This record gives sequence, C-alpha cells and structure tokens, in this order.
Amino acid sequence: MTHADTKGPQATYEDFLAQGKFMIQRAKSTGEYVFYPRVTTATGATDLEWVESGGGGTLYAITVNRTRSGSSNVALVDLDEGVRMMSTLPGVETAEIGSRLTARIENEGETPRVVFDLAKGDSA
Amino acid sequence: MSMRGKSAIVGMATAGIGEAPGYSAMELLGQAAVAAVADAGLKLQDVDAVFAATSSHAFPTMSVVEYLGLKPKFFDGTNVGGSSFELHLLQATMALDAGLCDVALVCYGSNQRTAGGRLVSMSEPQWHETPYNPRHPITAYGLAASRHMHQYGTTREQLADVALAARGWANLNPEAFARGPLTKDDLLSSRMISDPLTKADCCLVTDGAAAVILTRADRAKDHHAKPVYFMGAGAANYHRSIVAMPDLTTTAAVDSGPRAFEMAGVQRSDLDLVMLYDAFTINTILFLEDLGFCPKGEGGRFVEDGRIAPGGELAVNTNGGGLSCVHPGMYGLFLIAEAVEQIRGTAGERQVDDCNLALCHGNGGTLSSQCTAILGSEAAL
Repeated sequence: MTHADTKGPQATYEDFLAQGKFMIQRAKSTGEYVFYPRVTTATGATDLEWVESGGGGTLYAITVNRTRSGSSNVALVDLDEGVRMMSTLPGVETAEIGSRLTARIENEGETPRVVFDLAKGDSA
Repeated sequence: MSMRGKSAIVGMATAGIGEAPGYSAMELLGQAAVAAVADAGLKLQDVDAVFAATSSHAFPTMSVVEYLGLKPKFFDGTNVGGSSFELHLLQATMALDAGLCDVALVCYGSNQRTAGGRLVSMSEPQWHETPYNPRHPITAYGLAASRHMHQYGTTREQLADVALAARGWANLNPEAFARGPLTKDDLLSSRMISDPLTKADCCLVTDGAAAVILTRADRAKDHHAKPVYFMGAGAANYHRSIVAMPDLTTTAAVDSGPRAFEMAGVQRSDLDLVMLYDAFTINTILFLEDLGFCPKGEGGRFVEDGRIAPGGELAVNTNGGGLSCVHPGMYGLFLIAEAVEQIRGTAGERQVDDCNLALCHGNGGTLSSQCTAILGSEAAL
C-alpha cells in the first residue's frame, strides 16, 4: 500500500520554498502554529493547514561562528506567529538580541532558505 | 517506588585520561572495565549486566559484551549523549533491585584526541538547521550564552571565572590533562570561536575511559570497604535541537534535579560535592541556577570571586571538569568517577573534607537530556 497523502510536511515545506513561499503550519482546531513542520502539534492536533508566514520576527539569540576562512552568524528567530526557527542574518555580522527582523527567501545556495534582515526603521 | 540506597558502586576505574596514543576506544574501555571489576574483588565473568554508550559504537553493549567475553542477561545502551551514564546508574539500580542481574558494569571509552583531535559525534544533521551551517555543539551553546547575557547581564568575565575555578582544581589533580598557571587575562584574550564563547570556554578534547561496578546494597560491603551508595536520580528531556529548547536560559535540570533530590531524601545544603557537566563555561552557570544553588540569572555573579574554586564556598567539579581534566566526547561517567573518589576519601590533594554526599549532573546533546544522580557514603544512607 502507498502512504495516502502526497508528501510529508518537510517535503511540502521545501516545495513551497522552491515556489518562493514561506509557509508554516497551523492547527485548525486549536489555532496552534507549528515550526519546524511536522505531523502533529504538542497537544496532539493533526488538522494542520499551511498558512503563509507574515515574515515578521524578533531576534531571540545569535552567535557568530568564526573560522579562519570567514565568519557567519547563526540566529534563533521568534516569528510573530509564536514559533521559533533557526536562521541567519546575511546582511550583518551580528545584531542586538530583540531586534525586529523581516524574512525573505534567499536562492543563492543549492536549495532556497529563509533568511532575515533587520526590519526597516529598527536600527537596534 | 524509590530506588534510594538499593545499589552501590563497589568498583571504579579510569584509563587513558588525557592522551593514550596507540589505543582504540574499546581497548581503553576494556582496561577501565577490567580494573573496575578487580577493584570490586570480582571476576570479569561475574558481570551479568552491561550499560554502555559511546560516540563510536552503534551498538555499544554488543561491542562491550563481545570484547570482554561477557554473557550478560541484562543490558541497556540508552544513548542520551553525555548524560547517559547518570541515567545508566538509575537503570542499573532498577535492574539490580528487580533481581534481573547481580553485577552491573557501566562503562565508556574514547580515543577521540589521538584519533583526530576533534569532537567525534554520531549526531545526524537536523534538516531544519542544516541550511544555516551550525557547528554543533558550540553553536548551540554560543546561542544559549548569548541569550543568558542578554537576559541577565552575564559577562565574559564571569564565564572566565568558571574556567579559572576548573583550572584551580585541575592543578590539584595529577591526572588532569590541562594543568598549569592560567590567568583571567589569558582566558579573556582567547580566540573567539562562536560568540560569546572563546576557545577557553570550551571543554578539552581528550582520550579516556571509565567504568563502575554496581551491586545490590546488601552485598556491597562484600566487595568494597567503602561502597558508594546510589541515593537517587532523576531525568528530564524536552528537546533535541537547540531551536526547540523552550527557553535557552533554563534547562530541563529544573525538573531532573528535584526528582533526584526527592528520591534521595536530601537537601541541596546537605551536599558536600557538586559535579556539573561543563562542556562549556555557560553550562556550569546554567546548572548552578537550574539545580537551585542560586536564583535564575544569578549564576554569573555566583561564580565570581572564586566561590566554586578550591577554597571557595561550594566544591564544584573538583577533578578539574571537562574544561581542564578530561572530556573525551561523552563526559558523564567521569563525574561519577570523581564522586566515587571523593566519597571514598581517596582524592588526594583535592580531597573535600568529610565528603559524604555528591551530586552528579549529566548533560546530553545541546542542553537537551538532563540527568541528575546523587551518591552517598554509608553515613549518608
């Protein structure tokens, strides 16, 4: 027997990204948002639908990985929807925790990824 | 059902702490196991339960059993990273108490320093993190430290105090790998690796093996004049990836600690020794807070002025810790080895006076699995 649905949450998320959409999951019954995409919420709700993220977020934590060949930051971002994701702020070396951020999809690597820029008007 | 006082460590040994060129991980583990069995006055064939986790064996109990020629009737290779061995003490105690076995071997071995000098990990990449190239574990601990500093004003100087205290203890331990003078300036000028953590905030990369033998408490004195009793243990785990940690300033030790204290029937103030898994300097601060030695956010200030260094108010990581003694990838069993040494009263120059009760707090993954075990002397029972 073949597994019923077309694709699992991870592949579906990645397909959306390839189409230029930053989609996250929300449970219809409880309103809970989920990220990273999975098959259930922590309360057990499985009626998950895909909704486009508003793209707004706040910097929760940040580190700069420094190597002899260069450095890049790794950030944890709290989306306004209430979920946290790992990402990076490619435009800056680092930023102050609490900074307001805006998501965009970057297509420079092998696969598209969601990255963040400092929100306009927030120079923190 | 409480497991308090149901088992005791009657044999303990380490092997190859520091550098052990020419030895494989299993050879070092084997040496520690053989010596621990001898320390308990037993024969290898008496071991009928094996508890093991390593970074280099997919099926560690099978590998140990085969290498030592054992035929155990109970085994558990639960791998929760560096915290595995604190959990194994609880699992072994339950198996002994249930009569499933009589002599339990808990063991670990690694040659990660001479094998490559880098942290060996069987950890698989997390797909939602991979696009951002984290270099775990340090990226995760750097993130946690960044948040703690932001939220509570913890400083790099306070992180350096943790490393300074560890070196102070290591200088009293002839077995410690990193010994010698170290100043706060040395620490603060160390190379930045993952902001705000420098090389000096990271544990060592060493070789090393350790093993302990447990029996039921009622026969412990047949095997060792000073059994080290299992008083209690507790575990807690909320996440795997750092991104899923609910609050980067608070670990699951806030739950594992009280579970262990409750089972042991002791208070924090009863402890003579506190062994905390210091893979990075921020760990010591987090665990001092989460286990209740100071309020949340005060860990940085708590470690100032040598409070956890030799001669300080609280004896923490008296072997020199993962920072200055030994860290072969999974450090948890070395916390237990030091507690045994201290409770037996055989810790030499670094001996804590009247050490009857010790806490060993293991950490696994990226501040993920938290397992707390409390060990005690006969007087503590």
